[in-house]
Amino acid sequence: MTGHAPAKRPNQLFRNLNSKIASIPMILIAMGIFLGGSLWTILYSFTNSKLLPRLSFVGLDQYERLWSTSRWIISIQNLAIYGILSLIFSLVIGFLLAALMDQKIRFENAFRTIFLYPFALSFIVTGLVWQWILNPEFGIQGIVRSLGFENFTFDPLYNPDIVIYGILIAGLWQGTGLVMCLMLAGLRGIDEDIWKAARVDGIPMWRTYLFIVIPMMRPVFITTLVIIASGIVKVYDLVVAQTSGGPGNASEVPAKYVYDYMFQAQNLGQGFAASTMMLLTVAIIIIPWAYLEFGGKKRG
Amino acid sequence: MANISTLNTTGAGFDAVAADVSGPRGRRPKRVLSRRNIILYGVLSIAALYYLLPLYVMVVTSLKGMPEIRMGNIFSPPMEITFEPWVKAWAEACTGLNCDGLSRGFWNSVQILVPSVVVSIFVASVSGYSLANWRFKGSELFFSILIIGAFIPYQVMIYPVVIALRELGVYGTLTGLVIVHTIFGMPILTLLFRNYFASLPVELFKAARIDGAGFWQIYLRIMLPMSLPIFVVAMILQVTGIWNDFLFGVVFTRPDTYPMTVQLNNIVNSVQGVKEYNVNMAATLLTGAIPLIVYFVSGRLFVRGIAAGAVKG
Repeated sequence: MTGHAPAKRPNQLFRNLNSKIASIPMILIAMGIFLGGSLWTILYSFTNSKLLPRLSFVGLDQYERLWSTSRWIISIQNLAIYGILSLIFSLVIGFLLAALMDQKIRFENAFRTIFLYPFALSFIVTGLVWQWILNPEFGIQGIVRSLGFENFTFDPLYNPDIVIYGILIAGLWQGTGLVMCLMLAGLRGIDEDIWKAARVDGIPMWRTYLFIVIPMMRPVFITTLVIIASGIVKVYDLVVAQTSGGPGNASEVPAKYVYDYMFQAQNLGQGFAASTMMLLTVAIIIIPWAYLEFGGKKRG
Repeated sequence: MANISTLNTTGAGFDAVAADVSGPRGRRPKRVLSRRNIILYGVLSIAALYYLLPLYVMVVTSLKGMPEIRMGNIFSPPMEITFEPWVKAWAEACTGLNCDGLSRGFWNSVQILVPSVVVSIFVASVSGYSLANWRFKGSELFFSILIIGAFIPYQVMIYPVVIALRELGVYGTLTGLVIVHTIFGMPILTLLFRNYFASLPVELFKAARIDGAGFWQIYLRIMLPMSLPIFVVAMILQVTGIWNDFLFGVVFTRPDTYPMTVQLNNIVNSVQGVKEYNVNMAATLLTGAIPLIVYFVSGRLFVRGIAAGAVKG
């Protein structure tokens, strides 16, 4: 290279060659699976593939069938109820716990360990434990009845109208610890001087939280929101373990619909259409966030 | 009045917060049993009880005999402690035709876990290192796609992966599942490593280059030894994540190589036979044991792992 530099510039392709070789798996995964795979699924959702994927296009037939299937409608309704309530409750509970933990309490580590340990457990374990606790014969209902309240009814897993709330209880138990941790990290990032200034002005604590701290924590809230939301769309194991979609199909969710149609019912086209709808749901959540988060930086 | 007292207590709180870095110092709060403290610790303790309850119920149920379960309530401690359910869950519980208990699933999970953790961390750390120190044209674009991919539901990509693995001839094998875990662990791990390597002083990297070290030499001799904590964080993430996986286990393995979570679900939710709740709970605890041990041992690193993965995402 030394003397010949002006005459022969090194080929651009071979610059950082080792780095490029080392990145081959990443490039393959990003382009082949994440981008290519998604496009493939979207493409095949317009076909009438049954047992094997075939490229015989039927337009939007699969989507029309999807939206006229009552099981899918129930799945979407369940996802909406579960999603909205789970977002609200986990943000509120997570923030309240974090605010309490931020009061310079003793045993902070012990409390944190307790609140967060369910997050280490799988959804299968979570679902099975709560299935047992909510068991009408031996669980909460059985105990309250044995205390003398004979007519007490609390059997969410056996009542189609409220089964999704039974799943919500388990989901919140598993996930709020994470939200608490994220919120606590956000609270610790608030400048001390803000608190001092609020104190000097004589603003009560709850107002400081509500009108100063929470607005300042907007990025943390948005990130948390995105994390919970993208997790909600994926919810699958929890339902499988807790209710297997039952009673009837009262607790079906989209992810389970996709799995069942792809791998059980051998109706790939339906599965692809349903998974494309899931992708669309995520896109609706992610794109505005990505725009807020990264769009601004590029301009600035 | 109430206002003034809150101000005083928060004041004490502030001094303590300021001393946070070097441990507790300065004045002690004056009144331990103030109304504020009672409410504060009361609420936290009730919440803690709620979170601990399922673990307690699991342990208690798994130590009871079936007759006692049918009579008593799930919260009462066992009158007679028996370890039989544990033995049964581990060695005798049936799934389909196999009656050798969860031990099969446990060893399957171990076999899946070890290579998956090693391969996924190696691939992701090298990618993160490339992205942080050896950028090339398009590298950021690939990285962005990878990060966006973290939010795509697995269901969207799972069938193309099935086809790819089938073409490679590894569908349904251990190798196939290792590849799957590597693929879907990539976004979060690459992000983790990239951010960490980028935070190391760049002078080190430059000095090594001047001394003539190449891509792999710098990775092995400088980056790796300096980044052990982040490797531990990545390991914690992957061990718990892969152990807890259910979906990939169902889709990419065959019944005799099912991981523990899948086998557990089959045991507990099987429709035939009498339900043995104590065995079920023992099995559930056994499956949850590995991630729980990892969690309790790793403590702060676990928190750091999820925070690093989550907040910067």
